[in-house]
Amino acid sequence: MIDKFLFLFFAVLMIGSAIMMVTRRNIVHSAVYLITTLLATAGIFLQLKAEFLFVVQIILYVGGIMVLFIFVIMLVNLDVAIRMVQFSRQGFVAGILALVLAVQIFLALWIGRAGLPAPAIHAMPPKNTEAVAEALFQHYMLPFEIASILLLVAMIGAVVMAKRRV
Amino acid sequence: MNAAPVPADWYLLLSLVLFAIGVVGVLVRRNVIIMLMSIELILNAVNINLMAFSRLWADVNGQVFAIFIITDAAAEAAVGLGIILAFFRNRETLLSDEMDLLKW
Repeated sequence: MIDKFLFLFFAVLMIGSAIMMVTRRNIVHSAVYLITTLLATAGIFLQLKAEFLFVVQIILYVGGIMVLFIFVIMLVNLDVAIRMVQFSRQGFVAGILALVLAVQIFLALWIGRAGLPAPAIHAMPPKNTEAVAEALFQHYMLPFEIASILLLVAMIGAVVMAKRRV
Repeated sequence: MNAAPVPADWYLLLSLVLFAIGVVGVLVRRNVIIMLMSIELILNAVNINLMAFSRLWADVNGQVFAIFIITDAAAEAAVGLGIILAFFRNRETLLSDEMDLLKW
């Protein structure tokens, strides 16, 4: 009961603020609504008993990526951007396309629903952070290193892009 | 502890709705920063799926992949915002349909 209540609370919060994020005129409002969405996602993670990802989501997404977004929003000229037309002309077609895509995925889910196992047949391993660390550093060592190289490349790329004169 | 667990398809439906909103955001908005934010929304929908199945099978591998996806999102945001800054410095605009330097 409490599980379902928590899930519904975070789901409604997440979808409501996601819709608000897409429809607001002001970029700063959009960014704040996106932060709410990310926090609600973190709540869903906690409800799924993934404590480590809950903390990572808050620290990295809300604390890191969103600060980067807001920093860039402050760097670019806000007053000019707000007064321009915010939605592109193909909005109607785009909405229909997205709806068709959503219905397709929903039908796929609906047909394959019988294949889903019963929820939570097993209990999660008790120490979530330790389990994630063991999987990350034992089975996924090579992807981990590749991800670090990706971050290095992204860092250098961002510095080069943001430099005034290359 | 698991007296009334949430059915798995609820998570999938939530993820689907979030994904669709992200797609609409990418397609409809003209502002490049909001398009990037909608991409973050899509990545989050994927993460919810991964975590739901990780819970379903009581296996942390899904969470490891979610960590990789968050890493990708960070890299993508850094490079994308760098590109936006460079573009804004050249063109003084943030609208996606003005980005036609490669069009002829």
